[in-house]
Amino acid sequence: MNSYKMNLNRRKFLTNTTAAVGGIGMAFATVPFIGSWLPSAKAKALGAPVEVDISQIQEGQKITVAWRGQPVFIVNRTQEYLNAARSTSNEQLRDPNSNESLQPEYARNDVRSIKENILVLVGLCTHLGCVPLYKPKMGELDSSWKGGFFCPCHGSKFDFSGRVFKGVPAPTNLSIPPHKYVGSSRLVIGEGA
Amino acid sequence: MEKSNVILSWVDKRFPLTELWNDHIAKYYAPKNLNFWYYFGALSMVVLVLQLITGIWLTMNYNPSAEGAFDSVEYIMRDVPFGWLLRYMHSTGASFFFIVVYLHMFRAMLYGSYKKPRELVWIIGLLIYLCLMMEAFFGYLLPWGQMSFWGAKVITSLFGAVPVIGDWLMEIIRGDFNVSGVTLNRFFALHVVAIPLILLGLVVVHIISLHEVGSNNPDGIEIKKLKDENGIPKDGIAFHPYYTVKDAVGLVFFLILFSAVIFYFPTMGGYFLEAPNFDPANALVTPEHIAPVWYFTPFYAILRAVPDKLAGVVAMGVAVVIFFFLPWLDRSNVRSIRYRGIYYKIFLTLFVISFVILGYLGMETPSPEKTLLAQICSFIYFSFFFLMPVYTTLDKNKTVPKRLT
Amino acid sequence: MMLKRNIFIFLYSVLFSSLVFANSGHLNLDKANVNVKDYASLQRGAKIYMTTCATCHSLKYVRYKEMAQQIEMVDSSGDILVDVVQEGLMYTGAKITDNVLSALNKNDGEKWFGKSPPDLSLVARCRGVDWLYTYLRTFYKDDSKLWGVNNITFPDVAMPHVLLNYQGLKGLDNDNSDHINLKLIQQGSLNEKEYDLMVLDLVNFLSYVGEPHQVERQRMGRFVILFLSILLVIVYLLKREYWKDVK
Repeated sequence: MNSYKMNLNRRKFLTNTTAAVGGIGMAFATVPFIGSWLPSAKAKALGAPVEVDISQIQEGQKITVAWRGQPVFIVNRTQEYLNAARSTSNEQLRDPNSNESLQPEYARNDVRSIKENILVLVGLCTHLGCVPLYKPKMGELDSSWKGGFFCPCHGSKFDFSGRVFKGVPAPTNLSIPPHKYVGSSRLVIGEGA
Repeated sequence: MEKSNVILSWVDKRFPLTELWNDHIAKYYAPKNLNFWYYFGALSMVVLVLQLITGIWLTMNYNPSAEGAFDSVEYIMRDVPFGWLLRYMHSTGASFFFIVVYLHMFRAMLYGSYKKPRELVWIIGLLIYLCLMMEAFFGYLLPWGQMSFWGAKVITSLFGAVPVIGDWLMEIIRGDFNVSGVTLNRFFALHVVAIPLILLGLVVVHIISLHEVGSNNPDGIEIKKLKDENGIPKDGIAFHPYYTVKDAVGLVFFLILFSAVIFYFPTMGGYFLEAPNFDPANALVTPEHIAPVWYFTPFYAILRAVPDKLAGVVAMGVAVVIFFFLPWLDRSNVRSIRYRGIYYKIFLTLFVISFVILGYLGMETPSPEKTLLAQICSFIYFSFFFLMPVYTTLDKNKTVPKRLT
Repeated sequence: MMLKRNIFIFLYSVLFSSLVFANSGHLNLDKANVNVKDYASLQRGAKIYMTTCATCHSLKYVRYKEMAQQIEMVDSSGDILVDVVQEGLMYTGAKITDNVLSALNKNDGEKWFGKSPPDLSLVARCRGVDWLYTYLRTFYKDDSKLWGVNNITFPDVAMPHVLLNYQGLKGLDNDNSDHINLKLIQQGSLNEKEYDLMVLDLVNFLSYVGEPHQVERQRMGRFVILFLSILLVIVYLLKREYWKDVK
């Protein structure tokens, strides 16, 4: 009876050990399969930072560049546009201090940019991802419009710093991608300072 | 513990889960004397699963067009994280599949596992083997290297040898005037979807038909003839836990050999991954030396041994198809080689030697001496089958014991 | 029964051991003692390749960035030395994330050489390192050819002897023996031993390029096989324990 009990215990021990070690092996075996789903070297190369020559952007002009398959807006804000951005009342904005939205620390100021006049935004509406339209002209959308961005899909509105207004479907301000300046006229999108 | 029993009985009322588990695993009684040769069926299943999984993962990054295929394989080898490992697992798996299947088939020849009442198991197994050969052939075109292209060119042109409809047949298989991206794309569909589905179905039928009659054993004795008071064969043991645990040992040992190749010898000196295939397909330049992959070379040698193109194709076809007739060519009343007379032992040994030599010859460039040797070996190969009704009748067999040894 | 099994295993091993003779062909090739873990050698080889070969031969599956990482052109924190790479290895104005492409376009290549210089990403796997090592050392003077040279390992090759200034020029030795001999006609900047080492660096680099993950592959293999061996012992003990039941 005793040796039978010992046998059973030994069996249980060996079975559990096999299951444990085997389980660890299977876990390791999943690594190449799941790992192969990570971005490949080609994807990383295609997603590499993009350099833009900002000296060519005229005052008041917005250009769009592609980075990681996304549109990135670069706006050369005139003093007028900057004033409009600063003068938007906090009451009208959902997140005036950009606490909820995606932006790097170096763009955390009242106009959300490193260089005051150059605004860099990810041009995707934070509602469902449509590309908003650039509406810089005062009064263009309605009498109180001071300029900014308007998303045609569901009517979300953003000011001249990309901050979202209350009362529209978009939940957060337009995101700011990692970026930095190299020299005075080169902007690198995709790499932070 | 109780919770799982509640779930189990809920399922059992709707799906025969416990019944299947018992019939095929926990209460399937297999002979207790199964030896080394009996690992290979289980290992074949494991390799099939490995090929399916690694194959699916490769398909995630592979591009089945003539312009993109070769590049996509290099993309997998270099840019995709662990892509090189997935590729080597699949290419090594293909060769190991044939090693394991050949040893599995050889077991049947040693112990008469194809004889009544297991003829159907054998036939389905051969259908699996045919599908496996097609799967390997279609798969080999996919990297679109020089060997892929020219190998496909040679084999598809064999169909041109068929009288009357040969040229039409060749064109309809290729889908184009030559082997091209059209051929590649359709071979891709067949390799990834069609044949794996057929293979899975055949494997299920193969196992069901085996379980219907019960497994054979190295002594060739029917264990079901002697049952105890509970109806359990006296020389039988439950598949689970005894053979699950034994197969687990076989599996781990197999994985060690498999890993040794993948991580240290993935090309196996040019036998598993051939050097010319690292050169992109070029329809205008034939490589110096075209040979099929090692697992096809015995049949290729037979093809080349016959001087006439059509007759060579027929001979090669017969060399494979003849296996189907084994249950009826073998007139011996004894299953296992352990109790057979001397003739079968001699012929089987000669068969193995000639198969191996033919395999070697199929890899070499032909020469008059090698062709003669191939002809002799082909003769021995076919004699094993065609003379079998005679020598198995004449053989003085030993007495087969009643109980397993 | 054991005999039968042993015969079978023996035959299979005979078959597989013949692979030693598998792909050597009919040429006498010198052995290249390649070592892809010798990162200094790989870096020297990369430099030779980029300065002399890359003008005509692309390595389209190789990216500068990954190459730099894999041949250890990195600083102490593991980041690649971008400036060193760009100055020392990149002469085509490419970005560090680009593939190594040659400036020569296909049509010009065909026009000037008769055959467009092939991409060399996989040449080490296709022709083998011994072939490459021998080929680069067996050019000889042949005035009947476009570039004035021919090659024993690759007769009538369309390629000029790009490393002529290093090796010097050799000529056929007409001493009537059936074995082809070359003798030095014109001195190069390196002696024979130095030139052989230079070629070895280049071949080493090409061997790495053929399969960039080979070092990682072997490293992983050690761990996997060790793990499986431990598992084998455990599962064998389990099997033995259960099979005590079976008489």
